[in-house]
Amino acid sequence: MTTLLGALTIGLILSLLAFGVYISFRLYDVADITVDGSFTLGAAVVAVLLVKGWDPVSATLAAAIAGAVAGLVTGLLQTKCGINGLLSGILVMTALYSVNLRVMGKSNIAIPREVGFGAWAEKASHAWLGDEFSILGWAVDGRDVTMCLGSAVLVMLLGLVLYAFFRTNLGTAMRASGDNPQMVRALGVSVDFCRIFGLSLSNGLVGLSGALFCQYLAFADAQMGIGMVVTGLASVIIGEALTSSRSLGLALTGAVMGSVFFRLLVAIAMSVGNLQATDLKLVTALCLFIALALPKFAAKMKRAKPVPAA
Amino acid sequence: MLSLSKVRQTFNPGTVNEVRALRGVSLEIAAGSFVVVLGSNGSGKSTLLNAVAGTFLIDEGSIVLAGHNLTRWPEHRRAKYIGRVFQNPFSGTAPNMSILENFALASRRGHRRGLGWALHRKLRNDLRDRVRSLKMGLEDRLDNAIGSLSGGQRQALTLLMATWVKPDLLLLDEHTAALDPKSADQVMQLTAQIVAEKNLTTLMVTHSMAQAVAFGSRVLMMHQGQVFYDFAGADKRRLRIDDLLGCFDDLRRRDLLDESAAALLQEQYG
Repeated sequence: MTTLLGALTIGLILSLLAFGVYISFRLYDVADITVDGSFTLGAAVVAVLLVKGWDPVSATLAAAIAGAVAGLVTGLLQTKCGINGLLSGILVMTALYSVNLRVMGKSNIAIPREVGFGAWAEKASHAWLGDEFSILGWAVDGRDVTMCLGSAVLVMLLGLVLYAFFRTNLGTAMRASGDNPQMVRALGVSVDFCRIFGLSLSNGLVGLSGALFCQYLAFADAQMGIGMVVTGLASVIIGEALTSSRSLGLALTGAVMGSVFFRLLVAIAMSVGNLQATDLKLVTALCLFIALALPKFAAKMKRAKPVPAA
Repeated sequence: MLSLSKVRQTFNPGTVNEVRALRGVSLEIAAGSFVVVLGSNGSGKSTLLNAVAGTFLIDEGSIVLAGHNLTRWPEHRRAKYIGRVFQNPFSGTAPNMSILENFALASRRGHRRGLGWALHRKLRNDLRDRVRSLKMGLEDRLDNAIGSLSGGQRQALTLLMATWVKPDLLLLDEHTAALDPKSADQVMQLTAQIVAEKNLTTLMVTHSMAQAVAFGSRVLMMHQGQVFYDFAGADKRRLRIDDLLGCFDDLRRRDLLDESAAALLQEQYG
């Protein structure tokens, strides 16, 4: 039960990452590896600020802004310097590795139990749920339950805000700038501006996701962002398969579903067989590979089917 | 209204692929005139249109539209004054967005795009009425992705989008060339109707001599990056396809002379 709850919570927190990847991958058609760096950056910033005694809300906001700045740099490289989308991401990710170590001052930081959202969740669980709490007879940690509920509420709120934003005049222009840049320019929108803004928004969400992830685990590590873009992509793609739709509302819902589903999948894969925590990235990559390759193989199988004689 | 002065543009300068696409084009277009630009492939007619639209910044010369010197403006800034329809029906609309969303974008051309809702009832009602008059049966499909429509339908909608906010200048780049004859005819009729209704200053590039004869108030014929013939007023009204064929023959004969001889002759005989 604890494993399940943990997978659910992490899935929810990482669905913010999935929102971010949805923006760069589906709106601007680029697998933005900046995500690997900005996720860690969000975690690093929030860890350092919490240890310094900031309150969790401002520290988390600062982490999101730091992520957005990373996205801004990637956006500027892509538009103003004309560097290929994939390469700009790699450049910023590489640079961020050093930046993150500078921010943290060492390769990992543990967050004390009495600060951050984790501490809030602990207090809230004592106040609401009492000391002992169980679901269907399984004893679970109250902190985990409140953390999970809190994440669910936050993801829902941010999802609604994003949905609303993408239906405003500015948001519609941003979606169109990925769909048909030539037309959008002819209608008086700066495609460069949209791209830069979109990548900032995307990486801001990723930074936020990193900050929450770090507070859930109660530590930050310079390596924690590695492979995060793969996780985000997997969530988006699984989400699309689950909702079989690319309409905006369903795509965002799908990203959350995909993220949670993917976490559960990984959790199951890890518990079956003799796998260790260090195998996580391999399992993650394999899961994405299957999600990406399956539709193509399925199509091939269909075509290969012999046509019945009339 | 639109004035071009000594516009020059060379692509890939200093290489074997050097193309002197525009060689000193000067042009005055009066407000409300419908100018048709003809020319063979590589004559520079599309380049001329793109120079005005701002697809690239010109090497030399200046472009002034409605009192604004646009010469150094980026494409999206010029769009405040210019409506455009492209040759490729896929270029003018965002395929994965609905008809309504595409028009929501078009209705903000030249305006700030803030955090107001893109879709609202008034736009939907106005659009339904306007689209109904196209008689294409699209009025009940406003929420469908525009990518599901045919080329002719998309081109008709692009034309409506380009003129939804009245532009100071309408640019049409062979906008019927990629359509089947029936759709091409429909779109051309719609073009003439909108241009007349809104009294739009229009610059239309075309391959079709029939269109050049039947539509517009002035015909320019381009060749080797220059305007060679200019028919306006009564000359344009008298213009027949045979006259245009004659012009093309003239230009071809001129090509047979080598360039230096042509320059010498031109110097002597004007």
